[in-house]
Amino acid sequence: MDATSPRFPANVREAFSDSQLQRALSKVPSGFIKKRADARDRLPEFDALRDQARDIKNHTLAHLDLYLERYVDKVEAAGGKVHFCTSADEARATIIDLCKSFDARTVTKGKSMIGEEIDINEALEGAGITPVETDLGEYIIQLRHERPSHIIAPAVHLNKDQVEADFRRVHSHLPPDRVLDEGSSLVNEARQVLREKYIAADVGITGANFLIAETGTSIIVTNEGNGDLTQTLPKAHIVLATIEKLVPTLEDVATILRVLARSATGQEFSSYTTLSTGPRREGDPDGPGEYHVVILDNGRSGMLGTDFQHMLRCIRCGACLNHCPVYQAIGGHAYGWVYPGPMGSVLTPSLIGIDKAGHLPNASTFCGRCEEVCPMRIPLPSMMRHWREREFERHLTPQTVRWGLGVWSFFAKRPALYRLVTGIGARVLSNMAGQRGRLRSVPMAGGWTRHRDLPAPAGKTFMAQWKARAK
Amino acid sequence: MSTTAPRVGLFVTCLVDMMRPSVGFAAVKLLEQAGCVVEVPEAQTCCGQPAYNTGDRKTTADLALGVIAAFEPYDYVVAPSGSCGGMIAKHYPLLFDEGTPERRRAEAVAARTHELISFLTDVMGVAAVEAAYEGKVTYHDSCSGLREMQVKAQPRRLLQSIKGLELVEMGEPEICCGFGGTFCVKYPDISNDMVDKKVSDAEATGAGLLLAGDLGCLMNMAGKLKRRGSALQARHVAEVLAGDLSAPALAEGEE
Repeated sequence: MDATSPRFPANVREAFSDSQLQRALSKVPSGFIKKRADARDRLPEFDALRDQARDIKNHTLAHLDLYLERYVDKVEAAGGKVHFCTSADEARATIIDLCKSFDARTVTKGKSMIGEEIDINEALEGAGITPVETDLGEYIIQLRHERPSHIIAPAVHLNKDQVEADFRRVHSHLPPDRVLDEGSSLVNEARQVLREKYIAADVGITGANFLIAETGTSIIVTNEGNGDLTQTLPKAHIVLATIEKLVPTLEDVATILRVLARSATGQEFSSYTTLSTGPRREGDPDGPGEYHVVILDNGRSGMLGTDFQHMLRCIRCGACLNHCPVYQAIGGHAYGWVYPGPMGSVLTPSLIGIDKAGHLPNASTFCGRCEEVCPMRIPLPSMMRHWREREFERHLTPQTVRWGLGVWSFFAKRPALYRLVTGIGARVLSNMAGQRGRLRSVPMAGGWTRHRDLPAPAGKTFMAQWKARAK
Repeated sequence: MSTTAPRVGLFVTCLVDMMRPSVGFAAVKLLEQAGCVVEVPEAQTCCGQPAYNTGDRKTTADLALGVIAAFEPYDYVVAPSGSCGGMIAKHYPLLFDEGTPERRRAEAVAARTHELISFLTDVMGVAAVEAAYEGKVTYHDSCSGLREMQVKAQPRRLLQSIKGLELVEMGEPEICCGFGGTFCVKYPDISNDMVDKKVSDAEATGAGLLLAGDLGCLMNMAGKLKRRGSALQARHVAEVLAGDLSAPALAEGEE
């Protein structure tokens, strides 16, 4: 996917002029945020579990090679196969080859952000294979030829009436006078349409929330049960995951699952937690004939041992998006690539380069709410600051900003000179404001005064007054 | 209280120094009332956040060393700001490599640095103030104060000790006002959306006065309120606690 992150300011303007988007975003605070807070309050050990979850992932990342090896052994022992891919290209080619080996014409898909990262749907279509998204949100945006705007609620940027219009347009074989004004009627219709697709599919592709080294198991959590049908009905199940999904044991997963759904949707547990270990065995009533796991790196191993390693703890709950006032204002698409919100502002520069994604770690007030709610205690603001440091070192920070900072720091390092300049500044601004106490416009401060007045200084600085008082 | 009064170095903050000296004087008054000896080191300018948050670590460290040297002699460093206080208390040590003398000095100053209101309550044991105020106020939790310096109940407790003052809470007092230092001029449209929501929330309380502990947030919110033609006024919480409202509220004229 071509990142539009370099055009972030234009994307932001577009987001503010999109009234449907703004209407949809207004529901985020009362929904996800309240539900998470309630779930946290109901579990006294919630914060202690966050510490444990963090420690589990830190331990895994410190021994990632070991756990990957053990995982591969276990998958193979269960009759499955693991394919390591370093790049998106390689992952796409591997999946297409696998699908062709099954003569696949239709592929059903569970929700997968890695699928978005490698543009798997376009690749499948290019190979003459039809991908069908089975997660309701993903299904909706597939109909609209859009991208997810949220990592767990892909269609959160849409309103019910928009979805109803899409369903009437696309499901033209259904009676036009049917009633579709309830969320539940939309869900039922999607289920009915998708049911036939599951049966026709040759391959099912899902993501993975976790890969368990101890057992060679992949886990997905869903609320619709679509993942189960996607992976059990077709001839083959392909799991698409990245290296940081590894967790040592089933018990470790049980710990992390206790914070995942609570942080994401405020549920104690997702409706479906599905564990898959290898293909169908003799005597199994159902299951895929073949089981493949594509493990993608795509730049992640380069984050190990750096300031950004913390980010590899992320379990994609979406809490940082939900609680971010910037995300709440502009939605997910404005960020311009696969991962929006605070986690995206840290991850995206790692994966596509800070030269392209520079706006993202800058578009934060460092309010710290993301870190406050992160179940894995990822220090998101610190890492956004690290990205700003990388930008500064590489001279990617805009020249005007560098120049302004240089002038300011010249004075800030020289207290006596600084006194002189701030004294003059305070007097000039105070005189400009006169009796009004504020300024409607100030030369070179348009960023401020476009939207708000500038409160005027009193006239004399504190330091000058203090000195006079002390005499 | 101990027999020797603690010596407090007041970190004025660059915004209070230039834009609103009344907050500095309110801080001095409150600290003296609490039994501190207050001094204002000459060598201070800014805590360095503009450089730090732009990714310029070298300049930040240079400025930090200046602040550390200026404030090392004091028992406590107190700032009428959770943001600048947080910078010194939480971030200064991280600017220097572990094991270096600079790191040790930064850690020593950091450990003695406090945001004003929480210093009064948590360190000096202040439980009530002598000020008077008649009317409804609402309080905005500035992000750094709240999340880095754990300032939440302290200002509310002191405000509620004022006879005649009624504290009414916003729907979302903990959400960012959209200031964010240079953020507000780098991404003015996002900042505007955030401050618009924030002041709407504040107006909906029916309070006549909006308070906060950080001047950056206050200038942002007051500037927006005035642009909207709102009657809601904004002040630093220290001014109300010190009982000194002689300066006009932020962005208000003399008329």
